[in-house]
Amino acid sequence: MPSGLLPSHPLDTAMPDLAIIIPSVLNGITTGSLYALIALGLTLIYGVLHIINFAHGALLMVGLYAVWFLNVQLGIDPYWALLIVPPAMFALGYALQRGIIGKASHGRDENILLVTLGLSIVIENLALYVFRSDTRIVDTPYSFETVEFLGAFLPLPKVIAFFGALVTATVLWLLMARTDLGRAIRALAKERKGAELVGINTEHVYAMSFGLGIACLGVAACLLLPSYYVTPQVGHGFVLIAFTIVVLGGMGSFVGALIGGLIIGVVEAMGGLFLGESLGQIGIFVIFILVLMFRPQGLLGHKV
Amino acid sequence: MRQLLVLLAVFSAIAVLPAVITSEFSLNIVIMMLYAALLGQAWNILGGYGGQFSFGHAAYFGTGAYAVAVLQVQLGINPWIGMVAGALLAMAVAAFIGFATFRTGLRGSYFALVTLAFAEVLRILSNSVDFTGAGVGILIPLAPGPGNLQFETKTGFFFLIWSFTLAAFLAVWWIGHSRFGASLAAVRDNEEAARALGVNAFRVKMGAIILSGLFGGLAGVFYAQYFLYLDPYIAYGPAISVESLLVPIIGGMGTLFGPLLGAVALHTVSELTRELIGDVPGISLAIYGALLVGMVLFLPRGLAGIAARFTRRNKPAGTETRHA
Repeated sequence: MPSGLLPSHPLDTAMPDLAIIIPSVLNGITTGSLYALIALGLTLIYGVLHIINFAHGALLMVGLYAVWFLNVQLGIDPYWALLIVPPAMFALGYALQRGIIGKASHGRDENILLVTLGLSIVIENLALYVFRSDTRIVDTPYSFETVEFLGAFLPLPKVIAFFGALVTATVLWLLMARTDLGRAIRALAKERKGAELVGINTEHVYAMSFGLGIACLGVAACLLLPSYYVTPQVGHGFVLIAFTIVVLGGMGSFVGALIGGLIIGVVEAMGGLFLGESLGQIGIFVIFILVLMFRPQGLLGHKV
Repeated sequence: MRQLLVLLAVFSAIAVLPAVITSEFSLNIVIMMLYAALLGQAWNILGGYGGQFSFGHAAYFGTGAYAVAVLQVQLGINPWIGMVAGALLAMAVAAFIGFATFRTGLRGSYFALVTLAFAEVLRILSNSVDFTGAGVGILIPLAPGPGNLQFETKTGFFFLIWSFTLAAFLAVWWIGHSRFGASLAAVRDNEEAARALGVNAFRVKMGAIILSGLFGGLAGVFYAQYFLYLDPYIAYGPAISVESLLVPIIGGMGTLFGPLLGAVALHTVSELTRELIGDVPGISLAIYGALLVGMVLFLPRGLAGIAARFTRRNKPAGTETRHA
């Protein structure tokens, strides 16, 4: 930080702290917006299908590799990949739900949890087999550009990601509120029998919801990769964070996922600042465990 | 009684194996099968008989393993004492997790997620403190001798894991024939109904998780003494948690012999893939994952389910009607 390089004045001892904290908070908010986007997909799937998608992190990793592949092999910019990767992820999600996950429950939620866990293991280890555990990044002309805001220098890709996440959340909200598909999804989430009776094709709508949730991951992958990297295990870090956000915001709550994402982003940044990278992560898990134990309906969710 | 006789006969037959098998390589496979059966039976107590699906059994495994390793390396305490300490600590961790989750009424997917998070917290902690060797890991010095819980030959280790595993199977046999086991199955099948009948669901689940933690911890103790090396990812990483649940799911949850069947099947498959494809990173775990998906999709009652379909008499307890 530039202010750190200035000779410190004996009177403004509090200033350097603030000069570190503000950029850190802003950074946390931009990271948190991406977390929110990932959590949005998870909460959509939970809200409609009442399943916890354990393969969420692994599918994010698939999206990241897709963006990386398009960039490195075909020279497509990660932001142009927004036209390709989210639709492809949507199709993948639709197929997974229709072909495998939907068939596995046998009437028990735990079975779905096990199947999505199994899928995540398969996807991750196939990626490990194909790509090895090397860390891959994309090289874009704007990767190291920064934007100044409140005296903090924020990486341009993170600022774009923040606004991209907001736009995606708005589009998703409009889709849910204003379209026939959105109405069908909400009807199914509320009352399955009733939705069936009025002629909603439940299998199809379930798969559409799952597809939409996975498409969110596709958007997140495009926005994330310019300032991040991809390895076969990259999803691990995100999956528990996304679960934390979803339980914090209330399972199935859109607004909750957005607010939860921002909170977790800031908590992580603060934890990293004061406790160091590794121990800082514990803060997230502690929040996760405490919320699940004492307020499983989340901050904004209804009683479960 | 009949089941107990079958159990003792099977374990006596296994005990003869070191005399028959001369190659260290093959004996190692048998040892790994027994070890997987122990890990799987630990999970089966809580998951199969109790219906509480833990995604973080590495918490108990890793605690047992680190206890015996750290006490030996940092404090010079004999591993036999370390073994007892490891088992007790694993039970304490299980009691803590059980108290935190069951007291607040977490079940189903929520329980699975919280157990996973606890294992992750322990992994990060063991990665951040010095006495576990942090990310570098901890190496137990080689000192063969029964007094050091290390053995010159694989046969010694074989009987160590054989006795641990036998103890776990005897405990599960007892569960299947005791009032405690009946209460546990009642809580699994319908907790509200069980409560209405006067079952103390909290106490029953606590009993199951502590017993589960004991055997998970013993599996960790064995692992540490057998391989003499641990790091946070081995001890508390997801691989152990997955193997713990995969073994009884393949073999048959809530059955006495399920984990044994599952352990044999799993290690046969992983040895076969190693023969056919070689030691390629990722492939064996990818097959584990595919097995998990396939079993849940097509054989939700596991291999024991097939066996039960033909014999009808070894019917797994409580699989007829379940309310999630």
